[in-house]
Amino acid sequence: MSAGETHQAIEAIFRIEQVRLIAGLARVVRDVDRAEELAQDALVIALSEWPATGVPANPGAWLMTAAKRRAIDAIRRDKMRARKHEEIARDQDDVSDDTDAIERAMDDDPGDELLGLIFTACHPVLSADARAALTLRVVGGLTTDEIARAFLSSEATIAQRIVRAKKTIAKAGLDFEVPRGADRAARLSSVLEVIYLIFNEGYAATAGDDLVRPGLALEAQRLGRMLAGLMPETAEVFGLLALMEIQASRLAARTGPDGAVVPLPMQNRARWDPLLIRRGLDALARAEALGGKDGPYALQAALAACHARARNAADTDWPRIAALYDRLRSVMPSPVVELNRAVAHSMAFGPEAGLRLVDEIADAGALRDYAPLPAARGDFLFRAGRLAEARAEFEAAARLTRNLAEAAFLRARADACG
Amino acid sequence: MRVMVFVKATEDSEKGLFPEPWTSEMMAAMGRFNDELRDAGILLMADGLKPSSEAKRVAFDGPGRTVIDGPFAEARELVAGFWLWEVKDMDEALAWVKRCPNPMYGPSEIEIRPLYEMADLP
Repeated sequence: MSAGETHQAIEAIFRIEQVRLIAGLARVVRDVDRAEELAQDALVIALSEWPATGVPANPGAWLMTAAKRRAIDAIRRDKMRARKHEEIARDQDDVSDDTDAIERAMDDDPGDELLGLIFTACHPVLSADARAALTLRVVGGLTTDEIARAFLSSEATIAQRIVRAKKTIAKAGLDFEVPRGADRAARLSSVLEVIYLIFNEGYAATAGDDLVRPGLALEAQRLGRMLAGLMPETAEVFGLLALMEIQASRLAARTGPDGAVVPLPMQNRARWDPLLIRRGLDALARAEALGGKDGPYALQAALAACHARARNAADTDWPRIAALYDRLRSVMPSPVVELNRAVAHSMAFGPEAGLRLVDEIADAGALRDYAPLPAARGDFLFRAGRLAEARAEFEAAARLTRNLAEAAFLRARADACG
Repeated sequence: MRVMVFVKATEDSEKGLFPEPWTSEMMAAMGRFNDELRDAGILLMADGLKPSSEAKRVAFDGPGRTVIDGPFAEARELVAGFWLWEVKDMDEALAWVKRCPNPMYGPSEIEIRPLYEMADLP
């Protein structure tokens, strides 16, 4: 193998191993920044040694050992410095105790370490934005620039957000362990929330010209699949995965050639991705088998599955969808769920049923500036033949949305009211 | 991007020759490799194919349809198994293929083929 080829091979190996290296090192040094530096150090050592010695049989373990040695050296140096500084005499045993602790931590199950890194990057001490950026950076392996472009933000903003998040983690003294016991459920929902936030930023862009930024949706699906591999007994992980896979199956059908949104009933179902639908239905079955059929993500996945199973829009099982929304509102009460429930009831039992429910939401004062509310109300009114009122609602919705493609769609619906 | 990764057949695999203990060891290593693919979130689908002696081909010529029974010649042009992966780019796919255990007893080849994506379609 030529030096150039070895160089390429090392880069390829590092690319795969990087996340696990950082995960294993972060648990030892309890600092994401230092873990990243140590992983880079290991890469530099590999680049200088492997061209002569050849790529070792288990390159991941080799890199981990190299990084580990650097970590131990660094910790020893810090200890020595601290000792000189404080002029406190301590036994050499102290250092070897630490070394033992590091050795033990280094022998942890790599899957467990990766999971610990994910849970830490999604820790509730961080803001939702910071969690998403840090997770994409250290778990997804995206560059700061890629994350900035995905979130339509500047590289400096994202870089600063990540730096702050790392500092917050170090300051809070987080241990990079997978939480056990009472804490676990709350921490898990924080992880799932971050992944779904990333997915939605890709699937239903909240701002900008493009309605869909599939790169982020793909990244979230990958994180979800990763998590399902690492937590094969946790129902809600499969609920979330099912939801993302089924929603993503419609990505290609969701925008027209001009970039405008194509609503679900008008989508060309031949363009739905059957592989993703199958994977989604499998994940949903797994979530249900694990006793998670009433989890918030599993219920949303079950809703998405109703559409996925219908051969055409007219075949949709709306009474089942309405019943699922009745269950969803009790486990995940929110005005948005109430609104979707109103839409489902309108499809199952007529526009008047929808109007009744949507007026309850409006009376409660929720969703005042939320474009989908007047959009839904406009649709119910349109179907009830009250065209002038419908037109006013569509126009109001078009003024509220920040998404340009969606605004165009709503204005077209207003014009169709005559 | 999605890639289909083909494990090409060999004369041995076509004959259904899987010597022990090599086969058991390879299957165990392949199981670990598949676990890694799954844990990295890139594995969408994987399957192994039976030798072409159990296969059939349909040859097309205008309106004509002729059925040809396996086995087929040129073992190395045949497929013995495949994965479907979702990866960031070809480099990532290559990195993963390089760490795959040799799926065959003798020399063998794995081929990576990117799928057409939304953006490639008119």
